[in-house]
Amino acid sequence: MAVDESMVARVAGLARLQLAAAEVEPLTRELNNILGWIDQLQAVDTGTVEPMTAVIPLTREWRKDEVTDGDIQQDVLANAPQSAHGFFAVPKVIE
Amino acid sequence: MAALTDLTLAQMKAGLAAKQFSARELVQEHIEAVEAARVLNAWLVETPEIALSQADAADRALAAGEAGLLAGIPLGIKDLFCTKGVETTASSKILKGFKPTYESTVTEKLFGAGAAMLGKLNLDEFAMGSSNETSAYGPVISPWRANGSEQPLVPGGSSGGSSAAVAARLCAAATGTDTGGSIRQPAAFTGIAGIKPTYGRCSRWGVIAFASSLDQPGVLARDVTDCALVLEAMSGYDPKDSTSLNAPVPHYAGGLGGDLRGKRIGIPKEYRVDGMDADLEALWRKGVDWAKEAGAEIVEVSLPHTREALPTYYIVAPAEASSNLARYDGVRYGLRVAPEGGSLADMYAATRAEGFGAEVKRRIMIGTYVLSAGYYDAYYLKAQKVRALISRDFAQAFEACDLLLTPTAPTGAFGLGAKTADPIAMYLNDVFTVPASLAGLPAMSIPAGLTSDGLPLGLQLIGRPLDEMGVLDAAFALERRAGFAAAPSRWW
Repeated sequence: MAVDESMVARVAGLARLQLAAAEVEPLTRELNNILGWIDQLQAVDTGTVEPMTAVIPLTREWRKDEVTDGDIQQDVLANAPQSAHGFFAVPKVIE
Repeated sequence: MAALTDLTLAQMKAGLAAKQFSARELVQEHIEAVEAARVLNAWLVETPEIALSQADAADRALAAGEAGLLAGIPLGIKDLFCTKGVETTASSKILKGFKPTYESTVTEKLFGAGAAMLGKLNLDEFAMGSSNETSAYGPVISPWRANGSEQPLVPGGSSGGSSAAVAARLCAAATGTDTGGSIRQPAAFTGIAGIKPTYGRCSRWGVIAFASSLDQPGVLARDVTDCALVLEAMSGYDPKDSTSLNAPVPHYAGGLGGDLRGKRIGIPKEYRVDGMDADLEALWRKGVDWAKEAGAEIVEVSLPHTREALPTYYIVAPAEASSNLARYDGVRYGLRVAPEGGSLADMYAATRAEGFGAEVKRRIMIGTYVLSAGYYDAYYLKAQKVRALISRDFAQAFEACDLLLTPTAPTGAFGLGAKTADPIAMYLNDVFTVPASLAGLPAMSIPAGLTSDGLPLGLQLIGRPLDEMGVLDAAFALERRAGFAAAPSRWW
């Protein structure tokens, strides 16, 4: 399954990655190389195999539904590029 | 007396207990070694004040007879572990200046056991790489050089700062993380030992996520005993990690005997790849002889889906990475690039374009593609099915044997820049390490010999789930017979 430049642009949009026009062509080539190599998996017979979802089967322990953490607003905001009034601040999203 | 930096971790412990030197003296000597080795670029942050204050606390604990397992031992911490108040970047520009307000479980356990942190170690950006060349803060240079050559070599990756620092005698041991081989391959490249325990043995809490179903913390150290000591201190159940295993942690170092009588060691025939390096093949045969000498029975086993492991990995790992790395959007931490007059979406895209390096972008793109509508079944679901087959291969092999013995990496260390132009050539470094990662098994690399150019080669032992003790003990038996004593001669 080969990808073309418009697919690469679409995936970059999904991944929220801004691509310069000059980056699209080489990235398309690289991705096709890697995807072409990965394609060998299609030859493996996986007819009745269930997909693996956990490395080691384990059952989670239950705990009481109570607050164990919190009141750390300063910590949460400590690394924010911009914060105001105890919130993260971002560019305006509502016109 | 020999330099304190030349001692193994176990020898340091003995010297501290016998009061031959203080933790402060031990740590101070390592701080000076770190400063003198800056040309290796192994450390992103040096924390001598923290190390000395931890050393003083260890000296007080030693005097009071209350010393923990690692009291006064100078360690390096891979910069994927969050350390409270100390910059943690995962070698990415997108996390420049990030100072966690919390401590990872693993580092908390190590410090609780009395260890001293010399600093944070360089790695491939977000642990994505096999040579430490994708770091946004420059590559790490291996302390090793080929015979008669001054060409800079890679220390392996992604734990390349960890491997270089331990091999250059800058710290007694270093934490690492292993997603597809990131502890074992760098250990092999630099002539040291490294163990990745069973998935879930060490908590991932506070470890910056790459591929969550594969990431596992572990340790790189000079020898098997030292790995055993640190692994014991860092392992254990953590309710803050939902995949943490609630199983007792053995006293690993105390269980090392090296007697393999009654053990069956499997040699997977699929690991004999075409064109295998002659030195490596000979070393693998020697490893088989050493195991026999130690009393093990050798059996040939088959892992039929070995060849499919790497392509499987390069679907699963990027898919999980694309999801995990979605959090770097310029809102809560790290870099923000907000184009003038741009929208929130513009800020996300510009921040991520500026903050991530080429390899990270490549993997985010692959991961996003294989998870996207219309391709999910063909790629991601298919890979999870093949992963189940790979895991089943190991389970079947372990019906016929107790441990597997293989080479760690297909070659010795290569030159800086030798493989950066070809991603797939770089990925092939992990051909022997990725299968155990996909199955979540404990696996270890020990230094076992040298190439004809005088560069280290490693052998890998893979065990059943939770059998770190068996892996360590077999590694201990092989280590004694290999008698690997080579060390890089100091040029820095």
